[in-house]
Amino acid sequence: MAGKQDNASTGVVGNVINWIDDRIPMTRVWNMHIAQYPAPKNFNFWYLFGSLAILVLVNQILTGIWLTMSYVPSAEGAFASIEYIMRDVEYGWLLRYMHSTGASAFFVVVYLHMFRGMIYGSYQKPRELLWLFGMLIFLALMAEAFMGYLLPWGQMSFWGAQVIISLFGAIPVIGDDLTQWIRGDYVISGATLNRFFALHVIALPLVLVILVFLHIVALHEVGSNNPDGVEIKRKKGSVAEEDKPKFQFHEYYTNKKDIVDAIPFHPYYTVKDVLGVAGFLIFFCWVVFFAPEMGGFFLEAPNFEAANPLKTPEHIFPVWYFTPFYAILRAIPDKLMGVIAMGASIVLLALLPWLDRGKVRSIRYRSKWHKLNIAQFVVTFIILGWAGATPQTDLSTVLSRITTVTYFMFFVLLFVYSKNEQTKPLPERLTK
Amino acid sequence: MMKKLIIGLFALLPTFAMAAGPSVPLLESNHDLTDNASLQRGAKLFMNYCLGCHQMQYQRYERTFRDIGIPVEIGQETLIFDGSKVGSHINNAIKIEDAATWFGAPPPDLTLVARVRGADWIYTYLKSFYVDESRPFGVNNSVFPSVGMPHVLQELQGVPTARFEEVEEHGVKVQKVVEITTDGSGEMSADEYDQAVRDLTNFMAYVGEPTRLKSEALGYKVLGFLVILFILAFFLKKEYWRDVH
Repeated sequence: MAGKQDNASTGVVGNVINWIDDRIPMTRVWNMHIAQYPAPKNFNFWYLFGSLAILVLVNQILTGIWLTMSYVPSAEGAFASIEYIMRDVEYGWLLRYMHSTGASAFFVVVYLHMFRGMIYGSYQKPRELLWLFGMLIFLALMAEAFMGYLLPWGQMSFWGAQVIISLFGAIPVIGDDLTQWIRGDYVISGATLNRFFALHVIALPLVLVILVFLHIVALHEVGSNNPDGVEIKRKKGSVAEEDKPKFQFHEYYTNKKDIVDAIPFHPYYTVKDVLGVAGFLIFFCWVVFFAPEMGGFFLEAPNFEAANPLKTPEHIFPVWYFTPFYAILRAIPDKLMGVIAMGASIVLLALLPWLDRGKVRSIRYRSKWHKLNIAQFVVTFIILGWAGATPQTDLSTVLSRITTVTYFMFFVLLFVYSKNEQTKPLPERLTK
Repeated sequence: MMKKLIIGLFALLPTFAMAAGPSVPLLESNHDLTDNASLQRGAKLFMNYCLGCHQMQYQRYERTFRDIGIPVEIGQETLIFDGSKVGSHINNAIKIEDAATWFGAPPPDLTLVARVRGADWIYTYLKSFYVDESRPFGVNNSVFPSVGMPHVLQELQGVPTARFEEVEEHGVKVQKVVEITTDGSGEMSADEYDQAVRDLTNFMAYVGEPTRLKSEALGYKVLGFLVILFILAFFLKKEYWRDVH
């Protein structure tokens, strides 16, 4: 840990720190963003998922590096090399299960993280860019997961990619050429596998890490929202001295604003995040060690069979984290319209800061209509996820059509009622 | 109309309406990965009856012997029939093209069959052969209709005969196998055959994921550590947060 105050360290360690601080702003960055960063004191359970997402990202990068050491990115060698990792590489099975479980865990924590943003209105002004960076991370994550799923070169890898890439064929005029350009071949082949490997291990992780950095830069510039949706940064000079927190915050923040109800990120939230990490790891490791297939949701049974271009599996499903969007695609009986609707379902999420015209952020102080709307959105998302993972029957088709409508209605209704919404009075200070 | 449209549009996907699945309910395999004697009997059955056509091309003899408690020298003498080195993969000498000609399709690799189909499927499949003179090898299988392989375990089970009953499925009357009995000409009684099939299933389940037991043993230690970490972190957090509340 760096010294508590800039350039005040003594002793051997202090001298080293001073030496570094004279050359790069180590202590200043530590204080500005960790030790003297003002965070609202009322973060609840929902605020754990951001740091957990970083944990999972690190897990994916580290296990991914070690998997790459033994993986063979070719149509001939990929499947066998995975089984080589599972059987002959020391703890290869553990690396592989940590990586495959990590992929699903990433979406679990990111969906919960996004949901937190929705219920507490964290996307509202001035956090629009923060939200947009988050949406870009979500997009990059989907691309990363999709390309990673091809690499084991199992039956579901192959046919799943075949179906998803063929969606681009729905685009008028350029569709067919575009799919060929993406695949690098007329069908999914070793050429596709090689380029997906390159994108999966270099390009997209790099994009992800940069976007996560920007996400955090944006967060620290505007400061965190909180479950009350009330700003902790007040106009300079508007807060009485006895109302100010007893903690020392970095002058970068205090020079511009008066701060209420804040605590330093470190040690208060670092120690809380350690608790969150331990809790999360209990679930994560249970899956890794006892149920890595997670009933066929995390690792699909057909994917234990090597890709065979001549044999189509009985059912083709994307992995669970894509199924809500896949259900929207399937619900619309026109391929192009389906693709457009699927794209729109994600674009609309990105537009939330402008679709929500409300002035009150948190669900705690918003109208019952808003609460109902969010509740129906949750139900909708779960039903869509189920429908997208089920062989198409009359029931699943009807349900996925209804929920496709209610999915889009969430945004339409929000836009309409948020203009003149009946909200509850906001508290002057953060509640517990 | 609507359904037709959708199916047409997703021509690339297999028809979802044809949710085939096994036509018979699967029996429970009740296999036990910790039962080394069963795994060893299963390995013996596999090497004697299956390996002629099916490989386990991702699994090695030596690790198999070690994992299921067979001394390596004994394994080499009694279970490796083609003179392979003990570190080799469990392969046979069949050419894929030949096998495809003989059986209509090359016999699938069985390393991961338990993970693709499930142990219960294997167990039920091996108990579901019955005499059907219309088939090239004189047998059919109620779990895998028109199966391309002969009933290799017939000398153990005896000649199995199926009893059919007419049942209605989706409004269509079909003949369904309701019971399979043998003529008692096999080397084993019905119970002994069940156990043999269970042993073989157990062995395939082990090969499908040879690290399962190791994983769970390590898992308990990891979860134990994490629970302690969680408790300590809980009190650490409480201590730190005293000056906030």
